[in-house]
Amino acid sequence: MSSPAAPARKKVLMQGNEAIVEGAIAAGMRFYAGYPITPSTEIAELSSEKLPRVGGRFVQMEDEIASMAAVVGASLAGRKAMTATSGPGFSLKQENLGYAIEAEVPCVVVNVQRQGPSTGLPTSPAQGDVMQARYGSHGDYAAIVLCPGSVGEAYRLAVRAFNLAERFRMPVILLTDEIVGHLRESVELPDPSELTVVDRAKPSLPPGEHKAYRPGSDGVPVVPDFGTGYRFHVTGLIHGEDGFPISNPKVVEQAVRRLTTKVTDHIDEIYEAEEQGVEDADVVVFAYGGTARAARRAVREARAKGLKVGLYRPITLWPFHDERARAALMGRRAVIVPELNLGQMAREVERVVRGTTRVIPVNKVAGEALTPGEILAAIEEVF
Amino acid sequence: MAVADKVPVKRYLRVAKLPHIWCPGCGHGIALQALIRAIHSTGLSQDNTVIVSGIGCSSRATGYLDFDTLHTTHGRALAFATGIKIANPDLNVIVITGDGDAAAIGGNHLIHAARRNIGITCVCFNNTIYGMTSGQYSPLTPTDAYATTAPYGNIDSPFDLCELTKAAGASYVARATTYHARQLEKLIAKGIQNDGFSFIEAVVQCPTYFGRKNKLGDAFRMMKLMQERSVPVSKAATMSAEELAGKIVIGELWNRPRTEYTKAYDAVIAKAGGQR
Repeated sequence: MSSPAAPARKKVLMQGNEAIVEGAIAAGMRFYAGYPITPSTEIAELSSEKLPRVGGRFVQMEDEIASMAAVVGASLAGRKAMTATSGPGFSLKQENLGYAIEAEVPCVVVNVQRQGPSTGLPTSPAQGDVMQARYGSHGDYAAIVLCPGSVGEAYRLAVRAFNLAERFRMPVILLTDEIVGHLRESVELPDPSELTVVDRAKPSLPPGEHKAYRPGSDGVPVVPDFGTGYRFHVTGLIHGEDGFPISNPKVVEQAVRRLTTKVTDHIDEIYEAEEQGVEDADVVVFAYGGTARAARRAVREARAKGLKVGLYRPITLWPFHDERARAALMGRRAVIVPELNLGQMAREVERVVRGTTRVIPVNKVAGEALTPGEILAAIEEVF
Repeated sequence: MAVADKVPVKRYLRVAKLPHIWCPGCGHGIALQALIRAIHSTGLSQDNTVIVSGIGCSSRATGYLDFDTLHTTHGRALAFATGIKIANPDLNVIVITGDGDAAAIGGNHLIHAARRNIGITCVCFNNTIYGMTSGQYSPLTPTDAYATTAPYGNIDSPFDLCELTKAAGASYVARATTYHARQLEKLIAKGIQNDGFSFIEAVVQCPTYFGRKNKLGDAFRMMKLMQERSVPVSKAATMSAEELAGKIVIGELWNRPRTEYTKAYDAVIAKAGGQR
């Protein structure tokens, strides 16, 4: 509880991982299940400290799989729930992440990316999980993946991740990286009263009349919480509006497609990107997460040299907004895509510009950040 | 059967979802009825009880039960159930699992749920085989038994899940067979009443995949065999390891109450200055 005299905004020095916990609690997180893994561990540690203070509950589970399962169970029992991990753990979470997609259970999964593959470089930055965040679990579905570029944004996106999860009844992935996760910078936190906090819709019909998995006009069902008298069934089997397994091909087709369309039909509500100096740019740098920080500096330095360069920074990585990206990128002399992987987003950019614009990937998988100089060098090569 | 008829079993079933998928002679129906009767006798509210299962024949039971029900991923029922119980400790949480689900893919979750002594009643329908996938050996298949993946006989040693959960920290452990259906019901009821992690192994016959492969006869014959092999826990205490080989020890095997996990966490919340 903030006292009436408290200032609306307080400026604090904070780490990215810490900002995620603060944002999550402000958004209503009251359950956290996790398993220690670098570079995400601070999120578990801080959750274990802060959650009981607000009546929330923390549990360190026996493994990553169990953590994801416990998060889904807790959310079905009515609590806003989160887990955090890094690459190896994110791979293990995919099973029950897919369950949360199919059973439409709101939750937030944070992935603080480190260099892979496999155990890789545990304390070093990377952005190698962009595609795993989109396609990691089996079967077809749409993912919502948010990617912060600063500590302040990590806070804001933690709130937004919960809001989108509750709104669309699905896991939302907060895909950050070691750069932002371990970065300490000064942030102005909004007063909790300034925040928009979304809670899942509750059934308006009484038990017996309400169908737990009947989609609303927005394609999202109103699934009751356990223990509220609805006595409904939840399964990872493809199910109909009553929640029970189905096999009729026509109904199955609709049910599977809806998991994608409930996201793609609302892309403008979900999608966020920052554009800076794109209007008159000959070259656009397309960068996200920790790498966007170096890209911003490179763009500024290029402008200082008189080069017309802009920055396009997707904050929502998935769903990918083809039209927005096309409008910003097509017809430029080149689009430069710096990323700490071997071209995962560059391929998406190439897909939307369809050969009309030169796409120049700048890649690094060395366990260290791209520097502004490396990105600037790529810019200058075009001019 | 006047006494038996007094239990309104159908009240706890989603009758519209029947008939069930289980094979003729399968013991799962008997185990399920024992669970329902235990729920009835302990007076659990249908609106305040969540029943969770994994994947496999036994795990299909949740679809037939008129409660909040959660049919999860293979082996993970206890991990989902742990999340439910911690998130809302006022809910009664029951897990239905099988021998493959609980002892193989879910073995880690089983020992840790027992270690935490979290308030969940776990009933394992042990048919000693993977039935849903039509007869592969499980961690509870006896040595030398045949299975579709043990065409020359099983070389593995089976787990004793009751010993395992007892050692891991469960506060209540019991076992009975479908032949001892009324005893099974009473043991499950006692498990439900225990404030902590309760593990009840229900030994059930699978005539279709285990019985046929091992030439054990029909369901009746298999149940007779379970009767002959069963030894009450009091008698087992007087027998040697050699005498107990191949026997099924039934009854209440362990009952040692200790602090339940979510109650321990309530103390954490109090220490941190929070409100439950």
